[in-house]
Amino acid sequence: MVETVIVPLIVILTVLFAVLTTVIFMVLLERKVQAWVQVRYGPMRVGYHGLLQTVADVLKLFLKEDITPARADRWLFTIAPLMALVPALIAFAVIPLSRDLTLFGLRFPGQVADVNVGLLYVVSVGTLGIYGIILGGWASNSKYPLLGSLRSSAQIISYEIAVTMTLVTVIVLSGTLSMTGIVHAQLDKGWWFGFMQPVAFFIYFVGGLAETNRLPFDLPEAEQELVAGFHTEYSGMRFAFFFLAEYTNMIVISAVATTLFLGGWLPPFPNVAWLGFLGVVPGWAWFMLKTFGFLYVFLWVRATFPRYRYDQLMRLGWKWLIPLSIANLVVTGLMKVLV
Amino acid sequence: MAEAAAFYILAALILGFGVLVVTAKSAVHSVLFLVADFLCVAALYVTLQAEFLAVIQVMVYAGGIVVLYLFVVMLVNLKRPPDAQRDPRRLGRLGAVLAVAVMVELAAILAVGWSRPEGEAGALGPSNVAQVGRALYTDYLIPFELASILLLVAMIGAILLARREM
Amino acid sequence: MITATHYLLLSVGLFSLGVIGVLTRRNIIIILMSIELMLNAVNINLVAFSHELQNVVGQAFAVFVIVIAAAEAAVGLGIILAFYRNKETVNIDEMNLLRW
Repeated sequence: MVETVIVPLIVILTVLFAVLTTVIFMVLLERKVQAWVQVRYGPMRVGYHGLLQTVADVLKLFLKEDITPARADRWLFTIAPLMALVPALIAFAVIPLSRDLTLFGLRFPGQVADVNVGLLYVVSVGTLGIYGIILGGWASNSKYPLLGSLRSSAQIISYEIAVTMTLVTVIVLSGTLSMTGIVHAQLDKGWWFGFMQPVAFFIYFVGGLAETNRLPFDLPEAEQELVAGFHTEYSGMRFAFFFLAEYTNMIVISAVATTLFLGGWLPPFPNVAWLGFLGVVPGWAWFMLKTFGFLYVFLWVRATFPRYRYDQLMRLGWKWLIPLSIANLVVTGLMKVLV
Repeated sequence: MAEAAAFYILAALILGFGVLVVTAKSAVHSVLFLVADFLCVAALYVTLQAEFLAVIQVMVYAGGIVVLYLFVVMLVNLKRPPDAQRDPRRLGRLGAVLAVAVMVELAAILAVGWSRPEGEAGALGPSNVAQVGRALYTDYLIPFELASILLLVAMIGAILLARREM
Repeated sequence: MITATHYLLLSVGLFSLGVIGVLTRRNIIIILMSIELMLNAVNINLVAFSHELQNVVGQAFAVFVIVIAAAEAAVGLGIILAFYRNKETVNIDEMNLLRW
């Protein structure tokens, strides 16, 4: 009973809590980093140096009037934010956040479920998030959301191909689809796959920026052209759900990148003897550190890069990243056979 | 017991969403019910130890094919929905009767003719992704390559068909 | 105890729903979706037998069925778009010309 119900429940709640807390701090961090890059302070009023700013924002969104446009498809308009949020959250089920821990004589697994097709699960769940965006834009029955959602889904589908190809190279290297298995494969090789597959890592990073609609690829919500993209008509709680989904997706991308390319919960160079003291830091702390490092790069890129034009975006995706990822896959396969 | 409960719940969901796909008035709603249906079928595959197929089902059907349908439904912005005006020559009711006849026929075949095929029971491990891969790339290599050529041809054909100027 | 017969019955039901959709609906997009339902019914059969006989070939064939479904959707929707561009309709009753 304790082993089969309570322990998994505790793990699930911990992961969920960790993700939602991370979202709250990401929103604040995003505003702070933007402000620092532009030599400003950012939010300072609520809490110490604005620490509670996001809490205040969420409270405000809770209390705001929740408007449904008169000509909207009510039913779809209501469930679209949920359809965006749920896939983003359930992707965390297979991501190993730590090695298995033993607390109070109970064995806590480091991830909710070690599925033998974990990596494919992440990809397939990730493709479901697109429904929230398309339906949110369509159900609003308004032109900017529709244009924004069409752009967004076209962009996500295009970049998904390149990203999935890079994941295949990781599968070729590690010989397993299980996320924990991939981390262990990096332990065996002694190198993080980020070092062995710099091209794949780069493509994954660019594709991740595009899939989460971040600058320099934030065409779907380019304010100057489309007001706010697919969530223009949303307000209150339902807008908050979209917002949450977007940030959760960023964390998913970072967590997957950490697991696949940065060694998951492994310390740097786990097989080098004189670096063994790094093992003192627990695995989940390494995981958090790497994930936040990756997330910081997202914010950094946002603060420094200008936005692409839509045709440039599509050309980059189809004419550069996809051929590059296929070539990288072929080279990886050849190396695997020859070496 | 749990297996039976899972089967009956999933079967009810699959058939229920199937009915909604066929009967929904708005095409967009129909597409959505189709996604829900496919997700339930994927869950059924998981109960049948076919995790790989379940994931592929979600990735290809829910993530690819149905998105395509959704795009087309949205692009084809209908000013007059096809079900609004009736064609007097159309025999919709006869169609329904025929479909029920097909069902009865299939059920009858099932009741009379079905027996468990002979053959040694192989070993299907709990994690059989590698087995599926091995089957696809050794015994069924030629069908596999043909399928990939078919996909390529379909892709080129779709691009040609959807292009504006011929 | 759930046997292969249960899965076959489920499959018959789903397949018949697809047939009903094809025979009664007028919107060709929904007709194509009904065909997808029928293909899924076939896949349920294949996977159920793969489980029943503990043989992986059923799953391999289901992969092929999914490939066919993807190709069918791509070409079918391409044809629908081309047709819609010319005649502004997706009603199958109005698709009765061999050429125009």
